[in-house]
Formats: sequence, structure tokens, C-alpha cells
Amino acid sequence: MTIRTSVAAALLVAGASLAQAQQLAPSPTLDAVKARGNLECGVHLGLPGFSFANDKGEWSGLDVDYCKALAAAVLGDANKVKYTPTSVQQRWPILQSGQVDVLSRNSTITFSRNATLGLNFQGINFYEGQTFIVRKSANVKDAEGLDGASVCVAAGSTEEKNAADWFRERNLKVTITNFQKNDDAIAAYDAGRCDAYTAGVGALAGQRIKLKNPDEHMILTKPISNDPQGPVTRWGDERWQLIVRWVLNGTIAAEMLGVTSKNVDEMKANSKNSEVRRLLGAEGGFGEMMGLSNDWMYNAIKQVGNYGESYERNVGMGSPLKLERGQNQLWTKGGVLFTPPFQ
Amino acid sequence: MNLLAFINDKRVRDWFYQIAVVVLLVGLTVFFVRNASENMLKAGIASGFGFLWRTSGIEVPFVLTGYTQADNILALFWVGVANTMLVTVIAIVLATLLGFVVGIARLSSIWLVSAIAGAYIEFVRNIPLLFFVLFWYFGVIAALPAPRQSLSVFGVAFLNNRGLTIPLPDGMENLRIAGWIILACVLAYAAFHLWARKRQERTGLHAPTLRVGLVLLLAIPLLTLAWAVLATRWDVPALRGFNYRGGFVVIPEFVALLAALVTYTAGFIAEIVRGGIQSVSHGQIEAGSALGLRSGQVLRLVTIPQALRVMIPPLTNQYLNVLKNSSFGAAIAYPDVVSLFMGSALNNTGQAIEIIAMTLAVYLVIGLAVSALMNWYNARIALVTR
Repeated sequence: MTIRTSVAAALLVAGASLAQAQQLAPSPTLDAVKARGNLECGVHLGLPGFSFANDKGEWSGLDVDYCKALAAAVLGDANKVKYTPTSVQQRWPILQSGQVDVLSRNSTITFSRNATLGLNFQGINFYEGQTFIVRKSANVKDAEGLDGASVCVAAGSTEEKNAADWFRERNLKVTITNFQKNDDAIAAYDAGRCDAYTAGVGALAGQRIKLKNPDEHMILTKPISNDPQGPVTRWGDERWQLIVRWVLNGTIAAEMLGVTSKNVDEMKANSKNSEVRRLLGAEGGFGEMMGLSNDWMYNAIKQVGNYGESYERNVGMGSPLKLERGQNQLWTKGGVLFTPPFQ
Repeated sequence: MNLLAFINDKRVRDWFYQIAVVVLLVGLTVFFVRNASENMLKAGIASGFGFLWRTSGIEVPFVLTGYTQADNILALFWVGVANTMLVTVIAIVLATLLGFVVGIARLSSIWLVSAIAGAYIEFVRNIPLLFFVLFWYFGVIAALPAPRQSLSVFGVAFLNNRGLTIPLPDGMENLRIAGWIILACVLAYAAFHLWARKRQERTGLHAPTLRVGLVLLLAIPLLTLAWAVLATRWDVPALRGFNYRGGFVVIPEFVALLAALVTYTAGFIAEIVRGGIQSVSHGQIEAGSALGLRSGQVLRLVTIPQALRVMIPPLTNQYLNVLKNSSFGAAIAYPDVVSLFMGSALNNTGQAIEIIAMTLAVYLVIGLAVSALMNWYNARIALVTR
């Protein structure tokens, strides 16, 4: 063999291996999920509307729906999720230690969590505002009226600090009792230990159902804070973070583009809107760019529905919580939900 | 020197093995600490103890140290430590008293008394502590009225389901003077007691210890306290809005945890007391009576000193259990070191390893201190063989 032929052969081999497959950054998490055949998703211990297991052990809720959409996008089956219920204290270590692939557990995005816990927040699936539940008999109209009250709260939540700061700024004297679990705090409130229990509007709507006499209690309408919440991943494995972020964006984009679980087949086949076609994998090959199949979002929308469908079913008018869309409406319809383009 | 003989020397070998174990232990610890910190650095998780000086921002309902939410996390830590120690110390004292009463009742010759004590012991020893804590907690809250229907204690203290609100003194001046006077009385009594015992050993004469004790330990302290309480201006709590304002609130979580620890531990202490008393052979008691001692004197001079020797080591165990079990307060929002530091602070900073290590150290230090105290007492009352 001459030198010239061997160089040509080497170039040929190199060229072939480059052409063979698109080069993707390694993603240990995605590989592990595919090998395992299911997605490990950290959720709330039990919060109706967000993460709640019924008597058959079937999970439902807005946060659970995100896990399902992610499983559908990655594995093609929304039911291939293993849920790990976590308390306020357990959620970060469980994610940091790699016991779950993603945490979808109405956790507020804050600077210090992002900066010191080694975690990244991948977007917002619920704009929560902190408020209080009180007994109607107490005659309280707003949070200012709670001067002198006892307030129960879950220790280590953003609400714990928010409430302390908010009352201190206003020179109001409020006793805050910190429980280890949300359920303990609400049980103590129900038993009369506290005048109020504080959490997000959505969480309160869910927890109110658990009280002995839900009708004797009311949720103060004016929130004292803005607590955006969304799915969380650990640092590292950028490609996995990309997938987690864009599946969330995809469910919101689908609502924006009018793609629902009902019309998704028809839209994929006939839509002339190229953003719809890229979202559903009819063109563009977006799924492959992340190491997924091109019908990733098609599967997610088909099996779980778009963001609006999920919202109405779990926390909106189609649910016992009856929450208005409010801030969680698309920006085109008066809310603040927004997603970057699929381009 | 012969190398073989050196290797085979028992002292050399003993030293070698001990050094080897220490080196291995230190090496292992260094390995794990470095491994953990490297992994945390890679994962982007903050480490180190700098977080202790960050503002805590957490409101605590039961503070003995003057902490406010504007203080740093280290101050929050001390609040937790103080609350853990407070409930532990009071629970140990009360559990010991209750345990002695139940233990002696168990040995009573009256059937009913003995049966009730026996039933109590069996009940308590076969139920998990968490149940006790929750039972007392929700029991206490359910049994007490809402703030507007508070039970008033002479119009100065108020009991409701938010706790017991007691008045606080506006100034500590008179109370401090009273404290010094009472301390002086106690010291005077101790000196008198010592003198009386020395004199009795020398001459056999009895001193009126009881009467002097009544005056020095009861009458004068009570009078001084009464004067100090009346002479001080008090911040008496008053109902305004939701709750009572002013004064100091003893929270129901404290009462519930204390009640649970006391009732639970007393069951075990009662058995230790019973065992200790029964371990003193009957011949000793008969011998005491034969010497002409009265039954009270037999109990005080013959039975209890010998029973104590048997009781102290297992009692130490129980005291350590009280300390460790006080962490059950986290289940009912009692702001102890576990609840505040390992709960709230851990969640706000995410620095699990540092915080858990510090909490561990708290229990270790207090536990070793309790052991040391009990061992010292045990050595003092140990049988001196002549």
C-alpha cells in the first residue's frame, strides 16, 4: 500500500464516522432514563391539583402532568413515570443526589437556591402568589388584618421567610410557628393552633379541600408575594436540561398555537403553520437535535395535552380548586405565560 | 538488637497495631471529607461555614436568647440549642420525680396502688414515643379554649390554645436582689449542714437541721420572692385583636413535648427505681431495724444509698434518651435544634453536611456532659471497700 492510498483510506473512515450520526454532547441522565425505561420524577407528598395520588395510587395534577409530558417526549409513553413524593426538606437532596431525574414539585425559583444548591430552574409552569387561609369567623379582609395573629407555615419554604419579612416591614406583630411538613402545619391550623396558614394561592386552594369544614375557611385574595414555580434539574448534563426546558416550553407553545390533544393528529398532517410543523416533528428534525425522536412533542401533546388543557383539568374550572387562569394565562390573553419560538 | 526479637516483642506489636488503626481511621476520614467536598464543588453545591453569618430571616415563636429574625444563622442555631437544653433539663428533673413516685408505688403493699403503677408502666413502655408526642400535642390544643375564651390565672396569666401567656417583669433589679439573697440562704444552709454533720461525727449530738432548713430554704426565699414580685412592675398580657399581647408565651409545643417526654421516660425510670430497691437484700433492712433505726431512717440510710448504686448507670441511659428523644419536638414544631437548624436553616442554605455535623456535635457534647456528671455522681456514691 502506498502512502497516498493509506491517507485516502484514513480520510474516508474519518468522513464516514462524521457523516454517520449527528454528534451530540453526552447526556448521562437521558441515557439512564432510556436504559431504565422510566422517568424518575420528584413530586409533592400530596397537594390536590398539583401532585396527588388517588386511592388507586394514580398520580394527577399540574406538576404531575409535566412529568407525564416529559416521559411522553423522552420515552413515548406518559405512563412511564416513577413518582417520588418529597417533603419540603427532602426535595433538594433527592435531586442533588441523583435519585430523581427532575423535580416537579411547586418549588419557588429563588436566587440563593439557584446559586448555592447546584440546581437550575428550567422555566415556570405556575405563577404562584403567597397568601393566607383564615377562618371566616375571624373577620379578616387582608393580610394587614392579621396583626397579632398566629400563623402556621412549613419550615424551609419560601413562605416562611416571606411572611416574616412582610410583617416585619409593616411593623405588624405575628407569631410564626414552623412545621416540618405542609400537612402538619395545616393540621395544626385546623386544630385551632393558628389563626392562619400561609402558602401559595394554588397550594391553599388544594389544601383547603383537606380541612374538616372547608366552607368555614376563606383564602385572602391579595397575595403578599410573587412565587414563580417550575421544574428543577441539577447542574451539569446540559442536554438533559435542554430537554426539560423545551418540553415545558412545548406545552405552552402548543396552547399558543392552538394544538390540543384532540386536534394534534390533524394539525400534524395538515397544518400549514411551520412552527406547528416543527413543534410536532413534521419538519425541522428538532427532536433529533436533542437525542429524542422527532415526534417528542407530538407524543406529549397527544397523551397529556397542552398547558391550558392541563391547567383546566387540574386546577382550573374543570377541577375542585376552581382557580382562574390569572397570571397563568397566555400573554396574548392578559396573563404572563410566554415561550420563546420554536425556530 | 536482633530484628526478629524486635518484631516478636509484644509491646512493639501492640504499638504497631494501635498506630495502624489510628492512621487508617484518620486516612479514611480525610478521604471521605475530601471526596465529599470535591463532589459538592463539582455539583455546584456551596460548602463551608460562611453561611452561619448570613441573615437568618426566620421568625421563631419561642426564644430565650433575645434572638430576632434580623440576626444571623449562628444566632438561630443557639436558639435551637437553648430550646433543646431547656426541654431536656426540665424533662429529666420531672421524669425522675414522677419515676420515683411510680416506682415506689409499684412496690406498695396496697394492691390498687401497685396495680395502677404497674398498668401505667406497661402502657408507657409498649407505645412508641411519637404517638405520645402527637397525642399530647393535639390533646393539649383540643383541650384548651381559643384566645377569646382564655382561662385566666388570677388575671395576670392566661391559658389558651396558643399557649400560656405569663407576665414579664419590666425591670430585673428587685428580682436580681432576691436571687442573691436566696443564693446566700442556700450557701448558708449548706455550710450549716456540713458543720452539723462534722459535729455529729465528733460528738454524736443532733443539730436542728430540719428547722434551720425550713427557715433558710423555704421561709426566707418565699418572703424575698414575694417582696420582689410585688416591688417589680409587670408587663401584664392583655387581649388585643387575635391574641394576648405582652408578657412571655409558653407555647403549647413546649408543654406537649415536655409532657410526652416526662410521662414516657417516667415509665422506664419507675422500673429502674423498683429494680434498684428490690436489689437491696432484705437482710440489710432487718439489720437496720435491729440496730434501732426507724423505718424512715432505714429507707434513707440503708435502702436508698445501696439502691442508688444499682440505679445510676441505667438512669444515665434514660437521661441520654431524654436528650435524644427531645428531637421528636420537630414533629410538632417545637423550635429545637433539629427543627430550626436542620429544618429551616438547612432548607434555606442547603448546606446539609455542615448543618448535620453541627447538630450532631450538639447532641454529642450535651450527651457526654450528662454522662460525665452522672459518672462523677456514681463514683461519689460507689461502695468504698475497706
